[in-house]
Amino acid sequence: MAEQNDIDHVSGKTTTGHDWDGIKELNTPLPRWWVLTFYASIIWAVGYWILYPAWPLLSSYSTGMLHYSSRADVAVELANLEKKRGEKMLALGAASLADIEKDPALLALVRARGKTVFGDNCAPCHGSGAVGAKGYPNLNDDDWLWGGSLDQIMQTIQYGIRSGHPKTHDSAMLAFGKEGILKPEQIVTVANYVRSLSGLPTAQGYDAAAGAKIFAQNCTSCHGDTGKGNQELGAPNLTDKIWLYGSDETSLVETITNGRAGVMPAWVGRLDSATIKAMAVYVHSLGGGK
Amino acid sequence: MFTHSAGGSDRRWGAGPNCGRVLLSWINRAPEFGSTFNQDARWPLSMNKPVLPADVDFDNYGPLYAARKEVYPQSVSGTFRRIKWGLMAFCLGVYYLLPFVRWNRGLGAPSQAVLVDLPNSRFYFCFIELWPQEVYYFTGLLIVAAITLFLMNSVGGRIWCGYLCPQTVWTDLFYAVERMIEGDRRERMRKAAAGGTPKLRRVAEITLKHSIWLLIAWWTGGAWVLYFNDAPTLVKQLATFQAPMLAYIWIAILTATTYLLAGFMREQVCVYMCPWPRIQAALTDEWALNVTYRYDRGEKRTSLKKASELRALGQAAGDCIDCYQCVAVCPTGIDIRDGAQLECIQCGLCIDACDTVMKKIGRETRLIGYDNDINIQRRLAGKTPVYRVVRPRTIVYSALIAGVGAIMLYALLTRSLLDVNVLHDRNPVAVRLSDGSIRNAYTVHLLNKRAFDRVVAIDIDGPNKATIHVVGVDSASPDRPMIVLGRDQTTELRVLVTAPSEDNPEKSTPVKFRVTDIGLGEVASATDNFVSP
Repeated sequence: MAEQNDIDHVSGKTTTGHDWDGIKELNTPLPRWWVLTFYASIIWAVGYWILYPAWPLLSSYSTGMLHYSSRADVAVELANLEKKRGEKMLALGAASLADIEKDPALLALVRARGKTVFGDNCAPCHGSGAVGAKGYPNLNDDDWLWGGSLDQIMQTIQYGIRSGHPKTHDSAMLAFGKEGILKPEQIVTVANYVRSLSGLPTAQGYDAAAGAKIFAQNCTSCHGDTGKGNQELGAPNLTDKIWLYGSDETSLVETITNGRAGVMPAWVGRLDSATIKAMAVYVHSLGGGK
Repeated sequence: MFTHSAGGSDRRWGAGPNCGRVLLSWINRAPEFGSTFNQDARWPLSMNKPVLPADVDFDNYGPLYAARKEVYPQSVSGTFRRIKWGLMAFCLGVYYLLPFVRWNRGLGAPSQAVLVDLPNSRFYFCFIELWPQEVYYFTGLLIVAAITLFLMNSVGGRIWCGYLCPQTVWTDLFYAVERMIEGDRRERMRKAAAGGTPKLRRVAEITLKHSIWLLIAWWTGGAWVLYFNDAPTLVKQLATFQAPMLAYIWIAILTATTYLLAGFMREQVCVYMCPWPRIQAALTDEWALNVTYRYDRGEKRTSLKKASELRALGQAAGDCIDCYQCVAVCPTGIDIRDGAQLECIQCGLCIDACDTVMKKIGRETRLIGYDNDINIQRRLAGKTPVYRVVRPRTIVYSALIAGVGAIMLYALLTRSLLDVNVLHDRNPVAVRLSDGSIRNAYTVHLLNKRAFDRVVAIDIDGPNKATIHVVGVDSASPDRPMIVLGRDQTTELRVLVTAPSEDNPEKSTPVKFRVTDIGLGEVASATDNFVSP
């Protein structure tokens, strides 16, 4: 490299002095502001290392003097959120279920909180709109297996259905076919009888008298003499238009043959009592509550 | 300007640091507007010569920006100065005192006449209360404001800039303070030019000036935050350092902007930062009255003595005695005799200055006045001047202002203070009940914009044999639920509509929710659909 840089005659600027087969490179240094910014960035970076987490170590990392961590930030914000909610949820816990529904402010809180809690906990079975599916009740309608009053809904949410909790709703539909109580042709006959209870058409050649007899001997203890059901036992009303497992003959035959025992988990212990209260009112407010 | 290249002047385009400014002036001057002239020559409209970029010797290596030339406006008195004092007192008075004006809206409602209540999303202006969804009234207001600016412009040029613009008003006030403390133009120029270590008196003067400026600026910021909170309460809080942080921050911001804009940047805001001079240059026309030097009163400009000598020799001499008073009083530091220019905010102070001189020497006043080039040309041709304030342009502007104003007023007077919005549940859209009937759920928002609670009844029209139920409401009349709406708020309800399926075979039936104020009879309604599963 030549110590004394040449002047390029065309541009009048100095060259770097490097010479490649007669071609010389103009000396175009980085702009001063750029260089200064670059040095400032280096100083800034050093300051950053000292103050903030920066270097990976063997089993941890350098935490920096400020001991900052985004995870701690999240924890603080979550705690603040709970604290904020706590004040409102306290009011909820103190009020009775009926009062909550009548108080516009508490009802608004329940509707808002209920929607998210429902989405997180209930929607997997009941659907986000609480419309249910086969085997999972629609909570918007007015048909309730275990009762649709505020207290009954609360009871169901707390302890579930066949959940194994000591206080849970526990009775189940017998498997009349599997247990050998009824013969297959009797099951078909009684299935048609059950369809006739809610005005559904029956199969040709079906013996109504035989069906009524089988029903009276086997079903009335739970579903009642007229098939209206019994909420104490979770026995559905067979005379209405709502069928949890389907109303066609095949579905009914399957139900009578194998029985039904859907399960809902107990939420006591999983959700705090104020939230369970909120959920009871929320479900009640969906429209079907008694 | 045209004169520079066409007039054989030795000043050439871009020859100095003023290149950018000259170019701007040139761009902002419509050809028909600018039959300008200098002392050497004058061109009628038809003789403007186009300037080609190739003819212009641009200085590519000179500085890009012109340094500011300090302006030391001289005090002046006269008609326009009085108008300016009056308007300043009015504008600042309104701005500083309006938050303290009270307005009784009843118990529990804010009692401030003008209040922007951001936490509760309400805007109060005397008897008007606006909710966020009514912000479109501001659109109307802004349209009226814009057209009013156009109208002002087509009648009297930059009336806004010269008399009403906050930048002008505060700068004027700051200049007044400066003049009061440091003395008039010559004294200030002398003090500014004086070198060496400043004397104690000078230091005291400067300190006092900036203190008063800061005080005005601080008061300006203080008044601003009072529009966003109850003024007397906030003043107390501010004084005892208990006001919200945001209030102090805003006061600091506005103190800084007022101090900088009115104390230091001054006319540079108008010349370089503000878009309005550019817009007004595009909006003006040949009939608009602008502050104009009337060169029809003769050229050339020279002292009284020289002028009479020239006249004795039979040569031409004008009324202007070249005393430079118009330049001395100008707050933007220009010479109005160079013709209409971008920098001129048309404050009329040069008119006052010139009139004073003309009276002293016994000549007709208004050598500088509100006028236009058409009249100058007419006078030169020996015709009487014509003033056309009423012309299609101003008529259209006035009609637009009246029209938009009328629409806004109508909308305001006929707006409903009871409103209902209905949102159909989407999941599920419809529910079949155990007896086979259909139920649809809706979220209903009821808006009570009145300052008192009221009771409304909800009716529905549409589906056959439909019944309505409001969740959480046990009404004495179950088929027509009654709801209490709190004052000045929105009430959200969950409403269930149930109807027998056999009576409603349609897949979808329109359903109308009608809300009736039991006391006032006011009715609002909204329509949605009743859907079968």
